[in-house]
Amino acid sequence: MAYKTVVEDDIDILVCGAGLGGTGAAWEARYWGQDKKIVIAEKANIDRSGAVAQGLYAINCYMGTRFGENNPEDHVRYARIDLMGMVREDLLFDMARHVDSAVHQFEEWGLPLMRNPKTGAYQREGRWQIMIHGESYKPIVAEAAKKSADKVFNRVCVTHLLMDEAKPNRVAGAVGFNVRTGDYHVFKSKSVVVAAGGASNIYKPRSVGEGAGRVWYAPWSSGSAYGLLIGAGAKMTQMENRIVLARFKDGYGPVGAYFLHLKTYTQNCLGEEYESKWWPGLQEIVGKEYLDPEVSHATHRPIPTCLRNHALMSEVNAGRGPIHMVTMEAFQDPHLEEIGWHNFLGMTVGQAVLWAATDVDPKNENPELTTSEPYVMGSHATGCGAWCSGPEDISPPEYFWGYNRMTTVEGLFGAGDAVGGTPHAFSSGSFTEGRLAAKAACQYIDDGKAEGIRVSQQQLDDRKKEIYKPLDHYKVYRNEITAGSVNPNYINPRQGLDRLQKLMDEYAGGAGVSYMTNDKLLHIGLKKLKLLEEDLEKLGAEDIHELMRAWELKHRHLTSEAVVQHTLFRKETRWPGYYYRGDALKLDDENWHVLTVSRRDPKTGEYTMEKAPCYHIVEENEQAEAAEA
Amino acid sequence: MPTFVYMTRCDGCGHCVDICPSDIMHIDKVTRRAYNIEPNMCWECYSCVKACPHQAIDVRGYADFAPLGHSVRVRRDEEKGVIAWRIKFRNGKTDMDLLAPITTKPWGKHIPQLKDVSGPTQEMRDSQLLFNEPKYIRLDDGGIHTLESNGLKMKEGVYY
Repeated sequence: MAYKTVVEDDIDILVCGAGLGGTGAAWEARYWGQDKKIVIAEKANIDRSGAVAQGLYAINCYMGTRFGENNPEDHVRYARIDLMGMVREDLLFDMARHVDSAVHQFEEWGLPLMRNPKTGAYQREGRWQIMIHGESYKPIVAEAAKKSADKVFNRVCVTHLLMDEAKPNRVAGAVGFNVRTGDYHVFKSKSVVVAAGGASNIYKPRSVGEGAGRVWYAPWSSGSAYGLLIGAGAKMTQMENRIVLARFKDGYGPVGAYFLHLKTYTQNCLGEEYESKWWPGLQEIVGKEYLDPEVSHATHRPIPTCLRNHALMSEVNAGRGPIHMVTMEAFQDPHLEEIGWHNFLGMTVGQAVLWAATDVDPKNENPELTTSEPYVMGSHATGCGAWCSGPEDISPPEYFWGYNRMTTVEGLFGAGDAVGGTPHAFSSGSFTEGRLAAKAACQYIDDGKAEGIRVSQQQLDDRKKEIYKPLDHYKVYRNEITAGSVNPNYINPRQGLDRLQKLMDEYAGGAGVSYMTNDKLLHIGLKKLKLLEEDLEKLGAEDIHELMRAWELKHRHLTSEAVVQHTLFRKETRWPGYYYRGDALKLDDENWHVLTVSRRDPKTGEYTMEKAPCYHIVEENEQAEAAEA
Repeated sequence: MPTFVYMTRCDGCGHCVDICPSDIMHIDKVTRRAYNIEPNMCWECYSCVKACPHQAIDVRGYADFAPLGHSVRVRRDEEKGVIAWRIKFRNGKTDMDLLAPITTKPWGKHIPQLKDVSGPTQEMRDSQLLFNEPKYIRLDDGGIHTLESNGLKMKEGVYY
């Protein structure tokens, strides 16, 4: 294949992926590096890319210290209990202390934040969420990023990071291809901020026809955050911590505003409250420290999301499904009814379409809820991602190696889905992490850490050959058959994706097996992933668009392998309701109150797993916290 | 409800091709008009629907679970800073109009160029502050939160 090579050299900060994390990074980088060359590489169009492409109806991470609402440590405690203790509290505290400055900035940029007419404060949906008219959230932050960057490359799918050949374990830029022209793009950069997406479509979705596109997380979030980082040999953490969402059935419509603002609630098919009956049994699995309904009731400590999932699943499996969201009461109020619809139109239009198509008027009937297939990501209520350094003034030695949000690869930073152990970042937190990473990247360059980077032509040529291989492979074998998609020498990306989803569903605890797995199943899963990896070398891509799908699949595959390795390593059931280890059905704090850290050797593909300490923020007066808990 | 394009309205301008986050709106080589090449990778995010200058793009609910005969249409007006939705149910009885603001500022003019603001001092570089901080954190004179200022410390182990 003869495609042009386009080289962008002398970049200081390369931002891969311009969702909320990437736009935050690009915008902030200009302040700390006014003389620096900042370049964005984005797979789609920055104006509508990433998870916020269609908009958002709430900013889910806002402290409100300005209004005397919360302090950073309150948010840390909330995320900690929601994730059953497994978070990077240094990174969380850091994000929480900065996030409000981003939100106030958004309001200044024109993002319509709703105000509470009585108090003048932002309209709260819940303790951490504020309500916005966010249809144009993404175009607004994109404008900020575009004003800061020297160049924005839209429609460039980044496939690999470049590695420095002068100093081991140091990043040197990235390569990819343009999904319109097919050109080979080379970015030579002193530092890279990976702000690409987490992964949808790793597990078989609930709908497998046309409806496979109606996933909870964007279908274009292809795990590139992990594919790029794992491929570069960065250490990853908490990759077993996939998330399952309880959402409106089939449309995946959000429930946050319904629960919190509209005060809707769930019941089983008999119209009964069902959650509380599952708590005693669940308490035996996870222990009283993590589930104590009386304490939760008295102190408003939330019951972890995964445990509420567990109750929902258990009730359905007991034959009392479907679970309904009781909307008929709230929707009698015209104002709340309007909010209920706007909530979907602002971020999940598909749910509104589904209700229109099925004549579901929440005023007159209570819609169904169900649990989704699992997703692998690190910015919503879960914390998959890279093992990153924290800030100097907070992090203990095991969590700190010089630069905030830097991975274990020098000069390689993360933001949003790419950073592990920082759940509950959402849009504003991801943007904030991008800002933090950008400041640290500038510091890294100013400290002279990026001097003397060398990338050989050989590395560029090898990557080029690798990138276009699916196109070449297709060309060679296409005419061996008459027509159609069945070929003994290649599979197309869709066929490969179907295979990945089937094996992850069956062996790694997908919805099809009620999220259950065990040691034996995971080992079979790993074996099948290895076979798939061999077949990924024989992917056939008919055109450039399919080449993009091929690389998305390869990133999803790398992500999946990390998920299985981590799930195998953590021999306990830490998050019942997200997944279960049938051979270790209890939470085991004695052995597993730790963070899991992995590294895949880029040369051999071998995994090494280790445990890392899980530090907590404790008040000086420990009794005060004990009383609060 | 993947997107589809009405033959008589589309003139092949390519706005939808330009904006689609999933890269699935393409121009058909024969008709020279846009179409959705991969409905099962469509998130129905409506980016193309909003971008189409001719209202040529619409959405039909996913065949897996959505019966025919519904409609959710949208007009996004950047000048006025509003978005207008119309939802028609399958039963023909429910027909809703909803309007929401999308921005409070004119596009393209309001966000500052950070290359023009005065750069950070060394003191700021050495601190934990980001641009516009600490002022923008609380919009008062308070400083940045630290473990020390909040009376906290890190401690290893199981503790709640």
